[in-house]
Amino acid sequence: MLEIRNLHARIADEDAEILKGLSLSVKAGEVHAIMGPNGSGKSTLARVIAGDEAYEVTDGSIEFGGNDLLEKEADERAQDGVFLAFQYPVEIPGVSNTYFLKEALNSIRRARGEEELSASDFLKLAREKAKLVELDEALMKRSVNVGFSGGEKKRNEIFQMAVLDPKLAVLDETDSGLDIDALRIVANGVNKLRDQNRAIIVVTHYQRLLNYIVPDQVHVLVDGRIVKSGDKSLAEHLEEVGYAWVDGELKSAQTAGV
Amino acid sequence: MPTTAETIEQLSTGRDYKYGWSTDIEAETAPPGLDEGIVRFISGKKNEPEWMTEWRLKAYRHWLTMQEPVWPKVDYPPIDYQKVSYYSAPKKAGEGPRSLDEVDPKLLETYEKLGIPLSEQKILAGVVAVDAVFDSVSVATTFKGKLNELGIIFCSISEAIREHPELVKKYLGSVVPYTDNYFATLNSAVFSDGSFVYVPKGVRCPMELSTYFRINAENTGQFERTLIVADEGSYVSYLEGCTAPMRDENQLHAAVVELVALKGAEIKYSTVQNWYPGDENGKGGIYNFVTKRGICEEDAKISWTQVETGSAITWKYPSCILKGDNSIGEFYSVAVTNGAQQADTGTKMVHIGKNTTSTIISKGISAGRGQNSYRGLVQVNKRAKNSRNYTQCDSMLIGNKCGAHTFPYIDVRNNSAQVEHEATTTKIGEDQIFYCNQRGLSEEDAVSLIVNGFCKEVLAELPMEFAVEAQKLLGISLEGSVG
Repeated sequence: MLEIRNLHARIADEDAEILKGLSLSVKAGEVHAIMGPNGSGKSTLARVIAGDEAYEVTDGSIEFGGNDLLEKEADERAQDGVFLAFQYPVEIPGVSNTYFLKEALNSIRRARGEEELSASDFLKLAREKAKLVELDEALMKRSVNVGFSGGEKKRNEIFQMAVLDPKLAVLDETDSGLDIDALRIVANGVNKLRDQNRAIIVVTHYQRLLNYIVPDQVHVLVDGRIVKSGDKSLAEHLEEVGYAWVDGELKSAQTAGV
Repeated sequence: MPTTAETIEQLSTGRDYKYGWSTDIEAETAPPGLDEGIVRFISGKKNEPEWMTEWRLKAYRHWLTMQEPVWPKVDYPPIDYQKVSYYSAPKKAGEGPRSLDEVDPKLLETYEKLGIPLSEQKILAGVVAVDAVFDSVSVATTFKGKLNELGIIFCSISEAIREHPELVKKYLGSVVPYTDNYFATLNSAVFSDGSFVYVPKGVRCPMELSTYFRINAENTGQFERTLIVADEGSYVSYLEGCTAPMRDENQLHAAVVELVALKGAEIKYSTVQNWYPGDENGKGGIYNFVTKRGICEEDAKISWTQVETGSAITWKYPSCILKGDNSIGEFYSVAVTNGAQQADTGTKMVHIGKNTTSTIISKGISAGRGQNSYRGLVQVNKRAKNSRNYTQCDSMLIGNKCGAHTFPYIDVRNNSAQVEHEATTTKIGEDQIFYCNQRGLSEEDAVSLIVNGFCKEVLAELPMEFAVEAQKLLGISLEGSVG
């Protein structure tokens, strides 16, 4: 479903590369975890997949469902089924959560040539999906993310994902700032959204989220490249020995290469 | 958005002004220039009584002694008042049509293009009575019969001068005297038409009253005069909408609106102003110099709501004189400046009576090279015990070439008064737009959504059907302002 080849990217108008030749292949139905230390490029990867213009791709390619993803604007990618759960969800004062999501869903449906949902059909759908993440209905009426707690914002992201029903979901540090109960609720929500037609990429710093969302594959991202891939045991090992271990392995590999 | 398809249709032709067509109808237009003869000509055209002609002449003579104000934060080349034509009427005017059948079909077509539900049938289905002013003349007032039954007078000001001279004599100039300010005085001399409303004691007007203004003819000034009198304990909601064709030269619009809310009465006055703003380089567009003021007697309430998206220059301060005890004044405003538009707008709340309350919510949006100023005065006089004012003044900037300015004047002479002022300035964030994009919304939809959220408190004050129109307008007028 998703094929990333030799991806190089940087912040627009800055020289330093953040992604330095990253390759990754994710099939429908799979859950991949991307782990890595701070500054390794995890969030950059998430943003580049979603089409944030603050980042510039300098080399490499991303294919999504057989099409060139990099050709498309962020809204077109969303319409094609790419979803990003933001690390820091954005506030939109004065726009109710429900209205926002209805507009988003109908915009996606229009782009796909599907009929728009009526207000009542949408509400029915939203109520049903809100249960997945135990989202309080009062939050649906409030302005998008305004005055939400950290946990509520993250739940709201997964709620939006449930309603928009994407083919590829990238969860950017969805576990950050969550206490253990909120983490469990969010993870349960994500697990219910696992589907053989959907690919999910979980970007995280810590292994603990992966106790709840068990990945098919784990990739370790260091300095803009994936340096190690494996199954979930890799994440557990990493938790024990820390990122210093990968750093060490990387350095010895580089030294050996010289 | 329910309106997106339509919006895109409008956008597909570029950042075009949707109402930019003009209608080819025979018009009777006064030669450019202004002197006593023209004032008499206008008065004569309207078969006005002598007292009205005299009032106009007094205004004209006073105007000659006045200077155009220079204090607003707007910049425009000097206006040659001798090059403006002060009267233009579709031919066949004079008497004025008695029913819609008598109205020139071309005019009706124009109104259909404007989206005014002018035909009687459509209006019967709706809740709106419309008085449409085309250039200088009031064309048709719908729904008169039903209003008559309740004793409500809703007609053109010319008709009111002829048919209800006692009311006009008593109230015209009672809120905005002919000596008030440069533009109001000019208007008093040459006003050509406008609307008149009288709601009798204790009557609650059952429908929105509405006027649509359109400037059609070239080189024409439009000077409407609106007078609304709500007698004791009555209620009326009034809406005006405005458009003009695209012209390279600037057109002058200097209107006066006077509201009189007698004891316990309430007037709600809403404006959706979409005059032609000029092109991106500031060529053409309407100069909108408007004086709007209302007076509240005891327990009365006046509420101004305005959505200003058009005009090259807007100079406008809808105000409330809270004369009676316990009276209430409200001002809700959204002003958008894009391209080279300039707006200097706000309100004056003058507290005279005891326990008077005023609320000001102003939302200024600047995009392109637009300059947006809020200018407001809250004045609490000595006698105005326990008066309260709350002012909230929010500015939103889109891009980095525009400007937002706030000039709040607060003048308190009674120490029991409570005056609050809050102001914020925000920049529409790239992160907000990206967030919306990521959820599948286009950039235009994202801006429209964010801006409408920003203006929510004001839009909520508009009657429902006009709120929808205003939302659309905001989206259209900000098209192309990001990225």
